[in-house]
Amino acid sequence: MASTDNKRRRTGLIFFPAFDWAISPTHPEREERLLYTQDQVFEEGLLDFDNISEFKPGLATVADIDRIHICVPEAKSVITESHLISAGGAITAAEKVLSGEVDNAFALVRPPGHHAMRVVHGARGFCNVNIEAIMVEYIRKHYGPKRIAIVDTDCHHGDGTQEIYWHDPNTLCISIHQDGRTLYPGSGFTDEFGGPNALGMTINIPLPPRTSDEGFLYVLEKVIMPILAEYKPDLVINSAGQDNHYTDPITNMRFSAQGYARLNEILAPDIAVLEGGYSIEKALPYVNVGIILAMAGLDYSAVREPDYHAEALRQSDQITRHIERTAAEVMQLWKKRREMKKPLVGSAGYVKRNKHIYYDTDGISEQQEETVRVCDDCGGLVMIDSFADTGRRVFAIIVPGQSCPVCRQEGEAFFARMEKGRHRHIYFQDRDRDIYIAK
Amino acid sequence: MILGIDVGGTHTDAVLIEGFKIRKKAKIPTDAAHLLNSLLRVATEILTGEDPKKLQRVVLSTTLSTNAIVQGKVERVGMVVAGGPGLSPALLPRIPHTFHITGYVNHRGVIAADIDQEEIKAVGEKLRREGIKHLGVVGKFSTRNPAQELRTAALLSDNFRHVSLGHRMSGHLNFRRRIDTTYLNSAVWESYQRFVNDVLQFVRSQGIEVPIYILKADGGTFDVAKSADSPVQTILSGPAASIMGILSMAKCDEDAVALDIGGTTTDIAVFADGVPLLENLGVTIEGHKTLIRGLRTRSIGLGGDSAVSYEEGRLHVGPRREGPAAALGGPCPTVTDAMIVLKRTAIGDGDLAVASLTPLAKQMGRSVAATAEIIFTEACGKIVAAVRSFIDEINNEPVYTIHEMLAGKIVAPKTLHVMGGPAAAMADALGEMLAYRPVIPQHSEVANAVGAALARTTAEITILADTERRLLTIGEEGVQMEIPSRYTAAQAIAVGAEKLREKALAMGAHPEDLEIEVVENQEFNMVRDMYMAGKNIRVKVQLKPGLISGFTRGQSL
Repeated sequence: MASTDNKRRRTGLIFFPAFDWAISPTHPEREERLLYTQDQVFEEGLLDFDNISEFKPGLATVADIDRIHICVPEAKSVITESHLISAGGAITAAEKVLSGEVDNAFALVRPPGHHAMRVVHGARGFCNVNIEAIMVEYIRKHYGPKRIAIVDTDCHHGDGTQEIYWHDPNTLCISIHQDGRTLYPGSGFTDEFGGPNALGMTINIPLPPRTSDEGFLYVLEKVIMPILAEYKPDLVINSAGQDNHYTDPITNMRFSAQGYARLNEILAPDIAVLEGGYSIEKALPYVNVGIILAMAGLDYSAVREPDYHAEALRQSDQITRHIERTAAEVMQLWKKRREMKKPLVGSAGYVKRNKHIYYDTDGISEQQEETVRVCDDCGGLVMIDSFADTGRRVFAIIVPGQSCPVCRQEGEAFFARMEKGRHRHIYFQDRDRDIYIAK
Repeated sequence: MILGIDVGGTHTDAVLIEGFKIRKKAKIPTDAAHLLNSLLRVATEILTGEDPKKLQRVVLSTTLSTNAIVQGKVERVGMVVAGGPGLSPALLPRIPHTFHITGYVNHRGVIAADIDQEEIKAVGEKLRREGIKHLGVVGKFSTRNPAQELRTAALLSDNFRHVSLGHRMSGHLNFRRRIDTTYLNSAVWESYQRFVNDVLQFVRSQGIEVPIYILKADGGTFDVAKSADSPVQTILSGPAASIMGILSMAKCDEDAVALDIGGTTTDIAVFADGVPLLENLGVTIEGHKTLIRGLRTRSIGLGGDSAVSYEEGRLHVGPRREGPAAALGGPCPTVTDAMIVLKRTAIGDGDLAVASLTPLAKQMGRSVAATAEIIFTEACGKIVAAVRSFIDEINNEPVYTIHEMLAGKIVAPKTLHVMGGPAAAMADALGEMLAYRPVIPQHSEVANAVGAALARTTAEITILADTERRLLTIGEEGVQMEIPSRYTAAQAIAVGAEKLREKALAMGAHPEDLEIEVVENQEFNMVRDMYMAGKNIRVKVQLKPGLISGFTRGQSL
């Protein structure tokens, strides 16, 4: 027993099931989603352990959202109270960890956020605002600059988080997910590797359908942990989707509650934030109990789904070999990340990329032209020209966190000169100075 | 006439109430080794010269079960536990003679693995050979489906004196607490059984034929004859008695705080709109976290006898108690001595109080009066800080809906009820520091007995209606019944109210006291494969703690 007691950690749980909120009555993101998780967590008596404490979520503010998002036309029009609470729950988790009240924390909240990108015209992939990103920038604002790693373990590619931190050398985004050729949102391939100023700060590990515990734990040990060991983040955040489970109705993976618990034990995130996961009866109750026990350093070995059969869920040798190849490829890229900038950028001062973004939940289509200043001293000034088929066209100028003087000066100059013209609004966001202006 | 008796740890109090006026009071020291004797002595004393025929009800509050647990004077209990996957057994309450058997129920109440009759019989045989006579049978999610517990008990009960069933303890989900609660119930069953028999024998011998009630931890009563199978409900009824006493003696229909300041500790309780707050899941006793509905109290180590010292440049007040106040012959200065110096109380020898504080005053480089003031302020400050943190904790309790998050009730006390020896000396200062209006209830020296005398019956019913399975389950009653696929929360509430009524009447409630309250009412659409498969309806109804009808709170006794 002594050895298990030594592993015990003080774990904070922020549980907010939003029992009165749904996207629509039969939508997967509905009132019932965390009902059985609540039942299981209560029945197992997890909140009675001395080292597990439950906290009420705080409410995030519009300023917390404006620190990271450009909401069109403004934050209040794209969110509801539920988003302020789920982002607030993530922030509370961070507060409890950073103040030292607990060793780690799990925000078991909804609605989720990892498909929400920097510019927000509406909801995509059930997400309106990115609750992890809101939390990360809150941490930086209140606890100083930090190197942060976000490991997205949701079955869907964490494309929103990736997009927000594409140019940020201080945020490492790692996503493991079902291969984008077989699942929404259709992205997250190994060659999506970060912007010119942050090469290697985005890592994608697509896994083939029917990957089981073995495959997930393989990439965790062979790719994610070595990269984290080298990057040495101040904080590790698990963007903890639970839809890799073998019973999930909208995905095709074979991960189990044991696998999820083991993953969290090895990854040892400082903060975990619930993302997707829609097998609300057969997976979530067991997966969440497993994650909470693992984070608290308590024995999770007896957690098991009633219908679990290891043999039936075993992945094929073909899948194993496929995963090994992907892992090797990612590690190759990671090792070469510093040599890639020159050939990619050449002597260009600015680099542009064009994006088409589809908001499946709200049925909105957006065209974006994003320009970043090539910079060796910071993440680089970012400018976005965004045009949605709602008829709204906006322009955003974003001075990154820990920006260099040149990027800031150029950003301020652009904003001063910019006339509204065809744009409904022009936004200026300065992370370091916590400034957000719309004109 | 109503007779109320509280057998407390130190004193046994009795009151005789007639026409809602106190007719008589009695107080004797409790004989800890023979609680029943204390009870009988105080009853005999107060009933002397009275006509027992005029009694309408008798209510007892006793530390019997509490003492049995605290002193470990309990039976060995064989625990038969069907936990299935989840927490490893090492993380469950560690109770000797526990056997983990196969079989379990999932969160929907569906049997996920069957029990094994042969295995259960073998366990029963082992326990029997060890001479164990009391059993507890507990299954995971047994409040969602009691079938396995009932079947297991049926296979074993022939060989044992008593079997406590997990699902009967409470409708709340919490397997670990269910194990602990069931264990305690079985562990104190034998001694409680004897107590009930002795009490009934005594009252009958006195010619008393009215119902005898016993107080529960939640400040409610039940008929002593009906209480025999759930003795664990009577633990920690002492604090409940004192809170009910305050409720009866104070005009209290708002948010308020009650303090019971004793020699060593101060107990804090909170009223929301005049109703005492209950623990969310249950009370804790001797490290056992239970599912026993009980008043939510917080205890801090500060009272009139708290020792005062000055070490390394710092003043220390409590939580240590070395003995009574120096003014009463105690060994060291106490909070009470400071209050004597300040003339806030007139007990004891004032010179001894001054003498006890003099060395402290020298160390602190102040006058004795100034030192006493500092000690007094420090003592009050500690109580005030504990009250504030308790209120904060209550107001920061997690909630699970946006509605509650944005429009939830905030407890904002305005009144401070203060009882106990130092009440008169401290109430004003505490009230001022907290900005609450201080009140000292009348008859506070027998508040516990009054509280017991006037408390009404409480009970609760937990309903889960699953229209996909067409099944309604009442967890703590072990009842399952078929329902139509079109079923509403309103229907579930109606069933709950009816069952609660039946339950309360069977517990001895007076029909006029049945003030039924819905405390939980949730309805979820269950969607499977994008289609509405049914509704999951969750309802909890209760009779909240309160006073018997006919009695207006705050009316002068």
